[in-house]
Amino acid sequence: MNRHLIIGVVFAAAVLATSCSRKTESVALPKPTAFGAAIVESSGGKQIAQTGSLLPQPVVVQVNDEQGTAVAGALVQFAAAPGVSFDPTFGLTDSSGQVTTNVSLGGMAGRYQLTASTFDKSHKNVELKIEEIALGYQQALGRRVNDQYCDRCHNPESTVERVSNYDNLEVKPHPFTEGDTLNKMSDADLTAIISHGGPALNKSALMPAWGNTLSKSDIQALISYIRAVSDPPSRSAGPVYAKN
Amino acid sequence: MNDKPRSLWQRLFGDSVRAFGVVSLIFLGSLAIAPAKNFFSEWRHYQHNYLRMIRNRSEANTLQRHFQGGIQQIWLPELGVVDRCTSCHVGLKEASLADVSTQPYRPHPVIPHKGEQFGCTVCHRGQGAATTVEEAHNSTLAWEQPILPAKYIESSCGECHRGPLPGTPQLNQGRSTLSRYGCVHCHTVKLADGSTMKATDDPPSLSHVADKTTREWIYAWLKDPQAYAATSTMPNFKLSDDDARDMSAFLIANSTPIAGDSVSITAKGAADPAAGASLYGESFCASCHAVQNAAGNMVGGDVGPELTKVGSKVKAEWLLAWLKNPRVYDPGTGMPHYRFTDAQVTTLQGFLQAKADSDLLANVHLDVATPEQIAHGKRLVSDYGCASCHEIAGIKKPENFAPELSRIGSKPVTQLVFLPGMQHTLPDYIATKIKQPRSFGQGLKMPQYTFTPAQIDSLTTALLTLSERAATLPPSLTVPAAPESDYQPAGKAGKLMTDLACFSCHRINGHGGDMAPDLTWEGSSVQRDWLVQFFKNPGTLRPSLIRRMPRFNVTDAEANELSDYILTVYQNPAVDRDSMPVGGYSQGQVELGKQLFYGKYSCQGCHIVDTKTDKGYIGPTLTHVGSRLTAAWMYQWFKNPQSLRPGTIEPNRTMSDEDANALTAFLMSQKGGKSGAVAKAQRNGAPKEVAKR
Repeated sequence: MNRHLIIGVVFAAAVLATSCSRKTESVALPKPTAFGAAIVESSGGKQIAQTGSLLPQPVVVQVNDEQGTAVAGALVQFAAAPGVSFDPTFGLTDSSGQVTTNVSLGGMAGRYQLTASTFDKSHKNVELKIEEIALGYQQALGRRVNDQYCDRCHNPESTVERVSNYDNLEVKPHPFTEGDTLNKMSDADLTAIISHGGPALNKSALMPAWGNTLSKSDIQALISYIRAVSDPPSRSAGPVYAKN
Repeated sequence: MNDKPRSLWQRLFGDSVRAFGVVSLIFLGSLAIAPAKNFFSEWRHYQHNYLRMIRNRSEANTLQRHFQGGIQQIWLPELGVVDRCTSCHVGLKEASLADVSTQPYRPHPVIPHKGEQFGCTVCHRGQGAATTVEEAHNSTLAWEQPILPAKYIESSCGECHRGPLPGTPQLNQGRSTLSRYGCVHCHTVKLADGSTMKATDDPPSLSHVADKTTREWIYAWLKDPQAYAATSTMPNFKLSDDDARDMSAFLIANSTPIAGDSVSITAKGAADPAAGASLYGESFCASCHAVQNAAGNMVGGDVGPELTKVGSKVKAEWLLAWLKNPRVYDPGTGMPHYRFTDAQVTTLQGFLQAKADSDLLANVHLDVATPEQIAHGKRLVSDYGCASCHEIAGIKKPENFAPELSRIGSKPVTQLVFLPGMQHTLPDYIATKIKQPRSFGQGLKMPQYTFTPAQIDSLTTALLTLSERAATLPPSLTVPAAPESDYQPAGKAGKLMTDLACFSCHRINGHGGDMAPDLTWEGSSVQRDWLVQFFKNPGTLRPSLIRRMPRFNVTDAEANELSDYILTVYQNPAVDRDSMPVGGYSQGQVELGKQLFYGKYSCQGCHIVDTKTDKGYIGPTLTHVGSRLTAAWMYQWFKNPQSLRPGTIEPNRTMSDEDANALTAFLMSQKGGKSGAVAKAQRNGAPKEVAKR
């Protein structure tokens, strides 16, 4: 009885497994009415979001022909490591040659490479790689510290709501994306300069000491954030491209 | 067919020896099932592969030493946790595996809690006791809690942490959206601490709506609120033309006038729109109200309603009365009572009335309503639960109008109705229900909201928090939210502060908004003359800020009344005025302070004292700070700024008494600014100014 059952179950499982594995969601793709020669990013690259969450801005790509003019009606498909989701995963370019998709990053912190692809006239695949950064829990906490305490001086970009103080400083601070400089500094160095101020490493006193204002874990979180956004990527921030 | 089993039977059990043999074989075989199942178990396979993986790594020995074979289990009776997840997820605690991206070997990201303290399923859901991938992660017949998708993970933080956390921005946003969009008007949400979630929007009363606007506008608004104002939080009820016609008819017929809420002013305001625009700017209306500019961007705050098309909505007489004193029409409004002159009121009214959209009401033609239509409108207004949010004379606020959501986070999947193509999980159900509520069936009343995908994710996160576990946790395991204070200032000054709606922007003793500085210790901080002058003509302290304190046109008497109250009541015990040197500071101290300011502490990075050389653009300008702040406040600020304003970004430099005194001396020497001509002489009992030079 038992043996029959086991054989039966194994058989059923095998049948199920094979039937499931073949069911790779073959959704009918729309038929493209035009073909481009190149695919370029319009906006939405290099964004930062928490793991598993939506990017703040949608990713917009544009399909162009040989002359660089936008092509309407070309098919664009998005792909990335498993865990990344697109809404929608494919689409035809609109009248301005663009396709917009909302992207949720995967559950693992790190950099994600998204691929947008289209076909050219000879049905060859044309690809565009777009990079996004997913922050883990600690890095996201670090970003909060950065936004509140560091960003106004260390980020040269001004927005309407927040005017950058970067240009007002005699000695220019390092933007946190400046990987060439910051990747060479050890965590201990960064901790020292944040806790005790610029003079701790013979640098400007314009960088105040934060050791009595920020907790140890705040500073650790901040450093993990700095490592996560540095460009070129820092090795200590984990895998350069998260596979999920 | 019948012969075969019988012959098979005879072959196997024909005589006792055969029967004994076969039964023994079956018995032996069945004995082997359990060990075989154990041997081929998934967790054993994953542990094997883990060991193979770590063998080639540089830190193999350490990893090998940390590895424990066999079924692992975290057992926490108090939380009801029996989690065997670590049987397969063997590398959770190995930070050195940071580059490993394949599951189940990834290390867990750094979080403030230890796995041994809370287990896995408390945060991730899933079936902790299971030892197969399928049973642990997905929902099965016997177990409905699949793994929570990573994007909703913050919901689990909220089961214990009842208040906002810095590390859970999505949950915080979701919780405030539940209140801000008025979800909790219709859906009761009882929190685990026994309180009921309160709405923070302030839907206007409709009992006197005919004074304010026209039936045509109400009709257009009911049909599509976002066509009038894109930022409106009013949802779309997808009404038919006839239903909107009848509801607007009822609301107008049901409205009663209020004496004094519509006036005609004969005073002629400046007719030119530039004067209106500059008055709108000077009064900092944009701190609370948004207007969509030509480029399509919203400019302004979201405290009050959007004003892009306000001219198409309000009646001129009502707007005049509202600008003169909004408290006549709505005593509880968050809008301050600006003491505008009649000429200013007309100027501003003209400016706002011109913000109209001629297309909005162009196609709305309504005939005079019949009594049947009005009666039908009343029925619809009751049916759609309008009175859940709005006060409407003659209609009672319905109790439990929509399903209670206090336990929605543990609602069994078997009780849910799914749409075709949907994933059969609770988070997907909640998210889809918020996204397209009417698609779940005919006759559903929940209206269509205009949420962004991020808002839907955050709302889903906040709703998943409302689980059975959250409701039944022992109090020792929860972190309660800071209770919302209902502080109200007393007396005449208190009335004045309500009239000026100070609490719409400022926070005092835990009550009020967060747009402007917390004023709990303001009396210790500022000098009286400066404060009186500031009320009369608020200048800017922080050049980089767009939002500023508006000018309320208060009288001298009102400015003095408020200043006296603030200086008497909002005192911080740690700021000791009497400890400051009575005779002022020596020139030597001022000089030393200057050196410290520009050298050791480099304050000019963020602050401006000398407008010629300093450029710091983050903290307030300190050019005349000696006439603004008190010496005692400065001293205490230098010693520990966060003790006076928790969360201020001024770094705590743990200064010596000497440094703090010297810097105070230097800053107190920075006098100037407008003289306090309107400030009355010191009153008896009012705090004395210390450290005058």
